[in-house]
Amino acid sequence: MTTLQPPAAVKRRPAPPPAKRDRRSWSGWGFIGPFVVVFAFVFLAPIAYSIYLSLFRDQLIGGTTFVGLDNYQQALQDDRFWQSLARVSLFLAVQVPIMLGIALLVALALDSGRLYGRDFFRISIFLPYAVPAVVATLMWGFMYGTRFGLVSDINDALGTSLPNPLSPDLVLASIGNIVTWEFVGYNMLIFYSALRVIPHSLYEAAEIDGAGQIRVITAIKLPAIRGALVIATIFSIIGTFQLFNEPNILQKLAPNSITTDYTPNFYTYSLSFSGQQHNYSATVAIIMGLITMVIAYVVQLRGMRKGA
Amino acid sequence: MRMNARRLLRGIALVSALTLGATACGGSDDSAAEQKPVSAKDIDAALKKGGTLKVWAWEPTLKKVAADFEKEHPKVKVDLVNAGTNADQYKALQNAIAAKKGVPDVAQIEYYALGEYALTKALDKLAPYGADKLAGKYSPGPWNSVKSGKDVYALPMDSGPMAMFYNKKVFDKYKLKVPTTWDEYVKTARDLHKANPKAYITADVGEGGTATSMLWQAGSRPYKVDGTKVKIDFSDAGAEKYTDTWQKLLDDKLIAPITGWTDDWYKGLGDGTIATLTTGAWMPANFVSGVKDASGDWRVAPLPQWTEGDTTTAENGGSSLALPTLGKHKELAYAFAEYANAGKGVQTRIKEGAFPATTADLESDAFQNTAFPYFGGQKANKIFAESAANVGRGWSYLPYQVYANSIFNDTVGKAYVSGTKLADGLKAWQDASVKYGEEQGFTVEK
Repeated sequence: MTTLQPPAAVKRRPAPPPAKRDRRSWSGWGFIGPFVVVFAFVFLAPIAYSIYLSLFRDQLIGGTTFVGLDNYQQALQDDRFWQSLARVSLFLAVQVPIMLGIALLVALALDSGRLYGRDFFRISIFLPYAVPAVVATLMWGFMYGTRFGLVSDINDALGTSLPNPLSPDLVLASIGNIVTWEFVGYNMLIFYSALRVIPHSLYEAAEIDGAGQIRVITAIKLPAIRGALVIATIFSIIGTFQLFNEPNILQKLAPNSITTDYTPNFYTYSLSFSGQQHNYSATVAIIMGLITMVIAYVVQLRGMRKGA
Repeated sequence: MRMNARRLLRGIALVSALTLGATACGGSDDSAAEQKPVSAKDIDAALKKGGTLKVWAWEPTLKKVAADFEKEHPKVKVDLVNAGTNADQYKALQNAIAAKKGVPDVAQIEYYALGEYALTKALDKLAPYGADKLAGKYSPGPWNSVKSGKDVYALPMDSGPMAMFYNKKVFDKYKLKVPTTWDEYVKTARDLHKANPKAYITADVGEGGTATSMLWQAGSRPYKVDGTKVKIDFSDAGAEKYTDTWQKLLDDKLIAPITGWTDDWYKGLGDGTIATLTTGAWMPANFVSGVKDASGDWRVAPLPQWTEGDTTTAENGGSSLALPTLGKHKELAYAFAEYANAGKGVQTRIKEGAFPATTADLESDAFQNTAFPYFGGQKANKIFAESAANVGRGWSYLPYQVYANSIFNDTVGKAYVSGTKLADGLKAWQDASVKYGEEQGFTVEK
């Protein structure tokens, strides 16, 4: 693009090229300008501001001082941060495969064409995604109640004593259950739409070759939707690392099971809103953002490489 | 193409540097100059001139007070906003102060939270408005609570001398005696739970405010504050008394694990699951509005004692009205705070069920002889007023108590759901509070 020069100008004044630097064409900027401005203010400025914040420390006594990278050093040695990260990593390792597995099964079932009332199932499985996370968590929170909730009703009716889903040992699994319920439909839709674009001729060819349904799935369907699987996995990883609504709301019901540093996001929230440690909170957020980026990128690289 | 990308990056860097520069400008700190005195004349003039006063408070009785105030000063409009109850409102207020934008003219702040605001010079000193003359009007507890050093930072609105609320119907049904000491309380808890495994003496999942009040009554003084020097120590004899007793209740699962102010909690108070509640004298209005079904079942008794025959109590909650430095309409703000907390507003609020901090009202016959239909006609204010007079002296909160309370469940909460001992939980709370204090620049002595 930079080499493009108006030919007329070349003809008229061929000899001296003294102001070569100034003669660059700026028309490209005209096209990209509006985007760059919006991009800079909406995407880059907040990040730049967070980085700026993370270089300071604001104390109740002493006010704001520049501390360089001290906050980063502190965060890297912060047990509370690493514990919260370990917690969401465990969540990631268990919940995401389960959720995506269910979503995939459902998508394959819907796509098989053998399901009666396919549209009904598709909509009803997708429906939880339309429920705001806050409402969903409140709803599940009530059901989890061992005193007046569904769990207590089951206990009363069957004479059982189910363990408390909101106890410290089980609450992570309970959150996993809520998240799975919320997002199976969403992921199912991604997979399902990827499945729908596979050309039918492939199935026909497979049938002629005598392939069974299982074979069709492993040899045609799964390879064809690999891209969708990778995307859904990346979304899920990011979503997991950003877990906030569910623990934040359940904490009101089970304050001793969910600490103020339960997930990295919840920790930054507590730091900033209860602790007035905005600078340190920005630091933790940036580190968390970097970690998420790296992991998502690695997954993308691996997923795509296999696909190639 | 590579050349282009580099130039694009340079452009982006330039733009973000510009925005950064713009955002960074907000950082300059202009601490308030020495306050000028505001005379009664200035306040009158401001009231005549009028204006819109922004008040942040969750105390329900202020609604009527605000309406009366507007009637008395037709040019003044009071914009009463409920910005959340306690911790939620403090978050909003801190954010507004940090952003220097949308700060209310008057804010409700509980006694335990005042220190932080006074320390960071976020509140106007009230002596220049003439508040020091009101010292004699208030009972000493609340008045000391609004002072930091020699300066007055707020006007006391109510107070929370503690008492024990108990469900008489449950006590009668199982023929239980109302406990007067904490030992009896534990015994009553056992008897009750044995008689009905679904009933508990009280509900508690660990809450900083309640725990500190219990420690206060037990004679523990864990926090010592001297300006920016702070000492935190939960190992005194008073703390031991508290942890010993509460540990027994926890070990035998005699406390219902129901979080306060939830639906379950209100239901539990109504249906006899929760038999007693030890809390501040501001509670009756909440019973009337939140536990309607149990009207007539509940009564009030003095707080159980650590030593038989003793009368020491503690405060739980209680709030004040303060004037944030960044607020506007200072004269109107002070006029409103004084009207609500020391003037005609006090009577209005008492009629609506509030518990005042002004001695004249506390001691008046009309107040003491008020019969509470909810408590079966009991004259409960007598018990509250007696409790107010016997609040243990010398208690102080941390200058960052709001934060400390926010991590109570991270630390002490473990004792409620696992094998951790309460005393160890308190130690963990102490350590976390010390750490935060040091991070915030306090000199912390352990």
